[in-house]
Amino acid sequence: MTPFVALDGVTLTYRGAAGDVTALSGTSLTVGRGEFAAVVGPSGCGKSTLMKLVTGLVPPTEGRVTVDGAAVTGPVKIAGMAFQNPNLLPWRTVVDNVLLPLEIVEPHRRRFRAERKRYKAEAEALLATVGLAGFGERFPWELSGGMQQRASLCRALIHEPALLMLDEPFAALDAFTREELWCVLRDLWERIGFTVILVTHDLREAAFLADTVHVMSARPGRIVTSRRVELPRPRDLEVCFEPPFVELVHELRGRIAEMRAA
Amino acid sequence: MTASLERLAPVWFTIALFALWEASCRLLSIDPFILPAPSEVFAALVQYWRPVLRHSLVTLWTTMAGFAMAVVFGIALGLVVGWSRTIYRGIYPVLVGFNTIPKVAVVPVLVIWFGIGEIPAILTAFLISFFPIVVNVATGLATMEPELEDVLRALGAKKLDIMTKVGIPRALPYLFGSLKVAITLAFVGSVVSETIAANAGIGFLMAQAGANFQMPLVFAGLLALAVEGIAMYGLFALVERRMTRWAFRSQGSAAA
Ligand SMILES: Nc1ncnc2c1ncn2[C@@H]1O[C@H](COP(=O)(O)OP(=O)(O)O)[C@@H](O)[C@H]1O
Ligand SMILES: [Mg+2]
Repeated sequence: MTPFVALDGVTLTYRGAAGDVTALSGTSLTVGRGEFAAVVGPSGCGKSTLMKLVTGLVPPTEGRVTVDGAAVTGPVKIAGMAFQNPNLLPWRTVVDNVLLPLEIVEPHRRRFRAERKRYKAEAEALLATVGLAGFGERFPWELSGGMQQRASLCRALIHEPALLMLDEPFAALDAFTREELWCVLRDLWERIGFTVILVTHDLREAAFLADTVHVMSARPGRIVTSRRVELPRPRDLEVCFEPPFVELVHELRGRIAEMRAA
Repeated sequence: MTASLERLAPVWFTIALFALWEASCRLLSIDPFILPAPSEVFAALVQYWRPVLRHSLVTLWTTMAGFAMAVVFGIALGLVVGWSRTIYRGIYPVLVGFNTIPKVAVVPVLVIWFGIGEIPAILTAFLISFFPIVVNVATGLATMEPELEDVLRALGAKKLDIMTKVGIPRALPYLFGSLKVAITLAFVGSVVSETIAANAGIGFLMAQAGANFQMPLVFAGLLALAVEGIAMYGLFALVERRMTRWAFRSQGSAAA
């Protein structure tokens, strides 16, 4: 597999008045096209920083970031992002929230006014695939946390990005809703086939969804282990209770414990 | 029943206040040169309704003119200040410093520059009321969720896109909230200026009446001013509710 996303010896130091913070140090990582990658690690180890580097929001202090064969020098424009907080705009309806990226990304931006109807139908269709059929004209505050997060996923995907970046998107949800959303994400990924980098600190989430789980060390972060997940696809939630899955989670947990002790 | 009682509560309180005032004046036989009873104040209002109305309208006009300038200038400066952290850090202390100057002290300067009349009143109303508008607009812009900014920047959004799509709509509840405060301040500004240097306006009327020991007329002027202030406050509170309904409905809203 040719790498779609590659970090090569990347170091990132935040310069601040109170002193410099090295968030990442000599991090290397590759993610293949269409691959589902998960990044796990303790809080504050630089996972969100990794996201910003890949999307081109911050330049690396040292090393090289490439996406789709080209060095990243500014915002990549091919990425959709979603975070722990759904961050929907409360003055827009759900469907208008989902449409927001199309008002910014070319070539949609140019066509948006003229073809608003068609785009809106597309957005409604996408909402229907995540179980939000008929909620398009509601306002975000009329939706539960899980529903808002579904809408946020739609907003991240509406412009058909080649790369989906998720930063702990399910961390604030209850266990049942979280598992529902794993399945929503799994189905979207299997249907559309984008590349995903999912940051999480839930090892079960990483093991259930990903092709490869990357374990990061404590700050300054770097990838210490990359573990392929060989569980057959399509996976359903039952897989989480079978021995290979349980062993995998156990092994990942061991890695993190080892690293924290060191 | 309780709902309508609650809705009418301000009316009852106002009536009760006037009744208490009247009773105190009578029972303690307070000298009307110190504090006239409401009955005397209303009598003065009836007797002098023409001049009171004329001067009220002058004050309303100077206040609204100054307020309108404050809105235009306040929004413009708020956008500039909220645009970038560097500008925010640079201008903010200067603005705060300017705001701490008592505006009464500025009136004589304005009189020297523009002469006695409406212009110093308008300018004082403007100077005193633009500050909350600037601060609120800038705060609305500057407190945008950084992650939301990341989502848009990763798509290649320019600063202008982020401002028009997110920053400005997000700042609207802050702006409309500040208008209520600004309009009441504008009245303070215009009346202060009229009291010192004008030949029309409620401030002027009250200063004149005071000099002639017509205390009931002074209080009639105060009453007229209160009515104007409350009416304008109510108007902008209504505008606020109308324009930013989402901010009142969503719990995680920006506006306080
Ligand atoms: N903008 C910033 N300026 C300075 N330090 C930062 C900034 N963003 C993150 N950091 C620091 O970098 C480290 C890694 O942060 P982050 O990437 O957010 O970690 P994670 O997402 O894994 O919790 C933390 O110690 C954090 O305090
Ligand atoms: Mg983080």
